[in-house]
Amino acid sequence: MTIELTHSKVTLALHELRAGEGRSLLYLHGLGLRAPSAAPSESDDWPGPVHALDFTGHGASTIPVGGGYTAELLMADADAAVARLGAVTLVGSGLGAYIGLLLAGARPKQVRGAILCDGSGLAGGGPHPVSPRMVFVDPSAPAPPDPFALVELGSDLRPPDYATSFARLATQFSGLTRPISVCAVERPDWLRAVVEEVGVEEASLEDALAYYAAVV
Amino acid sequence: MSARDGAAGEDGVVRIPGARAPDRRREVDARGVRIAVYEWGDATAPPLLLAHGGFDFARTFDVFAPRLADAGWRVVSWDHRGHGDSQHTALYSWEADQRDMLAVLDSTTRVPCPAVGHSKGGALMTQFIQALPHRFTRLAAIDGLPSRSPAPDVAEHERTRLLAEELSSWLDRRRRVATIVRKAGTPDELARRRGRMNPRLSHDWLRYLVSVGAQRDPDGWRWKLDPALRFGGFGPWRSEWSLFRLPGFPVPLLGILGTVSEPMDWGTQPDAVRPYLPRGSRLEVVPDVGHFIHIEKPAAVADLVLEFLSA
Repeated sequence: MTIELTHSKVTLALHELRAGEGRSLLYLHGLGLRAPSAAPSESDDWPGPVHALDFTGHGASTIPVGGGYTAELLMADADAAVARLGAVTLVGSGLGAYIGLLLAGARPKQVRGAILCDGSGLAGGGPHPVSPRMVFVDPSAPAPPDPFALVELGSDLRPPDYATSFARLATQFSGLTRPISVCAVERPDWLRAVVEEVGVEEASLEDALAYYAAVV
Repeated sequence: MSARDGAAGEDGVVRIPGARAPDRRREVDARGVRIAVYEWGDATAPPLLLAHGGFDFARTFDVFAPRLADAGWRVVSWDHRGHGDSQHTALYSWEADQRDMLAVLDSTTRVPCPAVGHSKGGALMTQFIQALPHRFTRLAAIDGLPSRSPAPDVAEHERTRLLAEELSSWLDRRRRVATIVRKAGTPDELARRRGRMNPRLSHDWLRYLVSVGAQRDPDGWRWKLDPALRFGGFGPWRSEWSLFRLPGFPVPLLGILGTVSEPMDWGTQPDAVRPYLPRGSRLEVVPDVGHFIHIEKPAAVADLVLEFLSA
């Protein structure tokens, strides 16, 4: 079942991969990808429902004209899903991992754990700006994914101290001793800094899921 | 019949000394986004690009632009996406504004030309020219030079709390942004509302802006600005990053700053920016004016710009 959410002028597709009662496990996909069509096998023991979101410009969500993507906008996409589902545990891959971190800091009471995994778009544009440049996008390229999203979310800046500020918010305001779990092997600068923060633990995906399944 | 200054004429436009509507108006398709473009001056004159600031619109140049046009320039300005008569889009970003700017430039000329930008328009132009230096000859930035981010005078735990509040407030607003509409009012009410962010501009001027930049709906007047846009915000960008690469700016640069702090200014201090100015650039400080230097002192700023363009 797909639930349509309105976020500003965009209709987001929130997919219910498995029905259930209790806190939802919410998957956030990588750059250029889309929600999985079925609940991933690692979620078999998750005690609640399983959902997955298509970000703006991806999957079955609206492809807006003219681009203008930011990671913060996608954080608000994910927050639209939280507004619908209530408290969630996040599993983010690549770009979705970075968005999961942002939302864990911004909505610490509603995100009961964020699991950050490898995937496309994990590094973004790196920690520092490069020389200004104009990137030309062919808006007629086949979509989804929106070609503007591929360019803009593949080059957005992710300074380590910006990322760690969200990890600290999660630790300070979530009430959880371990609000963030890092499963990713790839460690771009932002994630290398985040993993050193209090409240962030390295874990396997299975262990992290078991840990947050037990969180009240 | 002509109306007295500050009063509305039969066309509904308030009369302001020196204000002149654009001579031409057109639209540009910026990769699917409709951008409203305005021109003052002879269509065959050399072009000059003029970029407005955030939450403004091109016709805020109705007094300043004609002074440049009358000196022999084809002055081309446009409403940024979500502003004025340009399309309200789902997404807004610095990169998107720059792509829109390129569409306007391409529709205007392929020959290198000068540019003038106010506030955000100056900052956009600065980065745009660094990306495409072969398309420009000069830049005049009116209170549009970058500054160092002011070090917040608060403890870290307090900064964390402030960030938490900002994030929560922003996300709360995003949750309901699809249903937000700008508040309707009388022209005087809209002018007074804008006056809170533009406190040094006269009520007559603000009423003029209402008459050329607001829309009349059945329940009253509204600013055309997309209600999805919000003042302030957060993100990874730091203004000092722009400052640090200013020394290599590729074309002659004129910076114009005022001396009076205002709600919408960037807090750029002359002594803070001077060490980063490229060789041969000029920095002019106009005393006793705020952020909207070209509106408070249109003749003085136009003279500075014209002298710079003719040098």
